[in-house]
Amino acid sequence: MMEALAEEIGIPKEEYREILQRLGREPNRVELLLFKVMWSEHCAYKNSRPLLKELPKEGEAVLQGPGENAGVVRIGEGWAVAFKIESHNHPSAVEPFQGAATGVGGILRDIMSMGARPIALLDSLRFGPPEGRSRYLFKGVVSGIAFYGNAIGVPTVGGDLYFHEGYRENPLVNAMCLGLLKEEHLKKSRASLGRPIYYAGAKTGRDGIGGAAFASRELKEEKEEDRPAVQVGDPFLGKLLMEATLEAIERDLVEGVQDMGAAGLTSSLAELAHKSGLGVELNLDLVPTREEGMAPEELLLSESQERMVLVPKAGKEAELEAVFRRWGLDCVPVARTIPERVFRVLYRGKVVAEVPTEALAEAPTYVRLAQEDPEIRRLRERPIPPLEADPKEVLKGLLASPNLASREAVYERYDHQVGTRTALLPGQGDAAILWIKGTHLGVAAKVDQNPRYSRLHPRLGAMHALAEACRNVSVVGARPLAYTDGLNLGSPETPEGYYELKETVEGLKEASAALGVPVVSGNVSLYNEAGGRRIPPTAMVGVVGVLDVRRRAEMGFRRPGEVVVLIGEERGSLGASEVLYLLTKEEFGHPPALDLRREKAVQETIRDLIASGLTQTAHDVAEGGLLVALAEMTFPYGLGATVEVREEGLEALFGEAPSRILFTVEKARLQEATLLLEERGLPYRILGETGGKTLTVLTPKGVLEWEVAELKALWQRPLREVLDG
Amino acid sequence: MRWAIVRFPGSNCDEDARFALEKVGIRAEYVWHTERDLKGFDGVFLPGGFSYGDYLRAGALAAKSPVMEAVRRFAEEGRYVVGVCNGFQILTEAGLLPGALLANLNLHFTCKEVGVQVERNDLPFTRLYPRGKVLRLPIAHAEGRYYADPETLARLEGEGLVVFRYAPLKDEADYNPNGSLHDIAGIVNEGGNVLGLMPHPERAVDEVLGNADGLPFFLGLVKEVVR
Repeated sequence: MMEALAEEIGIPKEEYREILQRLGREPNRVELLLFKVMWSEHCAYKNSRPLLKELPKEGEAVLQGPGENAGVVRIGEGWAVAFKIESHNHPSAVEPFQGAATGVGGILRDIMSMGARPIALLDSLRFGPPEGRSRYLFKGVVSGIAFYGNAIGVPTVGGDLYFHEGYRENPLVNAMCLGLLKEEHLKKSRASLGRPIYYAGAKTGRDGIGGAAFASRELKEEKEEDRPAVQVGDPFLGKLLMEATLEAIERDLVEGVQDMGAAGLTSSLAELAHKSGLGVELNLDLVPTREEGMAPEELLLSESQERMVLVPKAGKEAELEAVFRRWGLDCVPVARTIPERVFRVLYRGKVVAEVPTEALAEAPTYVRLAQEDPEIRRLRERPIPPLEADPKEVLKGLLASPNLASREAVYERYDHQVGTRTALLPGQGDAAILWIKGTHLGVAAKVDQNPRYSRLHPRLGAMHALAEACRNVSVVGARPLAYTDGLNLGSPETPEGYYELKETVEGLKEASAALGVPVVSGNVSLYNEAGGRRIPPTAMVGVVGVLDVRRRAEMGFRRPGEVVVLIGEERGSLGASEVLYLLTKEEFGHPPALDLRREKAVQETIRDLIASGLTQTAHDVAEGGLLVALAEMTFPYGLGATVEVREEGLEALFGEAPSRILFTVEKARLQEATLLLEERGLPYRILGETGGKTLTVLTPKGVLEWEVAELKALWQRPLREVLDG
Repeated sequence: MRWAIVRFPGSNCDEDARFALEKVGIRAEYVWHTERDLKGFDGVFLPGGFSYGDYLRAGALAAKSPVMEAVRRFAEEGRYVVGVCNGFQILTEAGLLPGALLANLNLHFTCKEVGVQVERNDLPFTRLYPRGKVLRLPIAHAEGRYYADPETLARLEGEGLVVFRYAPLKDEADYNPNGSLHDIAGIVNEGGNVLGLMPHPERAVDEVLGNADGLPFFLGLVKEVVR
């Protein structure tokens, strides 16, 4: 009978047999449901764990690597930063506002669980072209992020946003959070033997039941029916829970903290017990509920938001309860740790489930057959045809294209300053900078990934994602310390999907080792496909770095008469580029090659140029190539430039390549700067000078000139029309 | 000098207010929303945020909280009360300042830097600014459109109670970010001791943050007592 139920709820036959073997008996209904959620891809990383194991995780700054609620790095003077990225893709595809809002709420609780005060949010978003349903999803997601982040008072300081055909049916919403803590306040998901385990925060209802399982299968046509699987967020309750939790940690009342996220009580308690090498006995009759007559499986699997699990230090129980009472929140013991390593559940005085914690927490893993999709290879190997276009119009077209247009209309809806730490605001630089008050320390953060590169070459695309996020952090003056990865891919159960997963992780591994930047946390979201179409493999890489806030760079030209220098080659390539898409409406060709040794040297050099005070203006040359990067530098202060490009063709003006950075230096110190570049053996070009109200480009074929104000208007308009219209 | 910062459940600019007050040497202490006594304080700061989740209407529930009775008496004694953003909304909901703050004309939360002109500088909050100076200050709100009936507006203008007005930073035509009547960004009561404003001077008090236009606002509070 249970076998039939297993089949009905989608537990594969071989996994059911594994459950029988591990239990030594047939599971009951509740137990089977526990396995169902705990062995979901979302909770168990069944397909990704064997691959992720290979990623470099060590680094001198690392205080906590993968495996906890978030990673933690040391930044100096006794301070540390906890950070993590997490996906909320499937809920957002069905109900964009609540999907995104609860995604933000969830990642905030992960950060709080480490004992850190959340100080910044970033969002990595992917949608289909901004029209029709994709436009509705985009607007809903932006509103949801604003709704939760603004109210809870954590600034949204950055992110990245792409529109691409491959996300039309399956948008991606990943939220990253950074939290600040004193090293000695670092908390883990741990409990000692015989301790009561407290449930704190909102009451449990029937919302979000089975969310983890929902996140682990493909989106079906009838997706509106999945709405009950989407949770509902309340940032006001979230704020109270955050303040109460942080107060309890600050006052040293707790020994362990765990967020109640995907798979609710089940996952948080099973994980807590398993990591502590203990068992847990949960009494469902003690769980605060907001609905009558909830069945045990509903209580166990509910993903009601704004809930935490806390383990008080011995003798601090009453004080802990008092803190939460003051904030008007439930805080009650619902479970206790026990020596037998089992997850035991009581309901109306009876044991309704009892399974070994290890059996639940250690799901079987899979290594599958990997094979590249021949269609992708064909696209990658397709040669770039000769392209003819008027560069004057091309630049305008690129700046007005959805992937390069200004993100101002989006970030204006987010409070990006609350907390008074945001030293570099959105749009001012290539990464956000948060100031650690009372010190000269700053923390820089950026999340990045290019879907065109990753689709056409998953491994190289992942390498580019990490390299570019590190470059962006370096370009504001910060040394990258570690990264978090949000891996969003299609089903691993096809050879093509598994190939993309494997190659993506391989790419991260290679770039991570070469750049010396380890992974400390992450999230895996598979089964992102609809109607048999996989999304482009999307490794959203969030990098955190540290700097002296007094020595930093913005992207905008500020002073006329400064020399504009390009580090790197003038010529880029057209494969997988934005200009190729603009001119052909197609995506093909080989993405730009990446020399990681060169990349590392370029990043070190720009940091040294900034630290030595030689430059305060620097910008990465990314999508759209040299002219787009130059135009972006004229926008913040409306100051133009005149430059000379010696190479011919679209490759020089709009071609893409990594390891390229533009910076400015005053004439009197130009020689110092170029000397440094020569010492490092890096190619560079002195392009021209800042000044005037135009962007003027001398090319072998003649002079190109644009009014800065006109370009800026073209660049600002598109997303404002999409969002506000 | 000692100021109280009122913390309502959902306040989220409380730490920023403390940062700014302490920067100019004022002792800042948090006061919980259930407090009924403000004895011993020289001023009260109502910070921004989403008090009580802004349920019902922004500031409406906070206006009925126990601490607001104490704030009312405090104000009646002629002592200083400053409300920023949600704090301004609470002051209008509590009837300590006239008018109301409605949804922005663009119907969404807006966070950016705007031009704010100083209309009078005979108040402690503004005494260190030249009259007519346009400050660059951040705003971050969804309900900041100042509204009052024509008689109230005429009285505010006639008695010079408008302290801050949105103004162009350069030459931009859309300098009013929310549709406030008469471009009103901040007003004071007849006594000159209760001030409400939507922009956030406390977010602009340090060059590390790229903006210190709000610093004289807080320095002015200190100078008041020394005088």
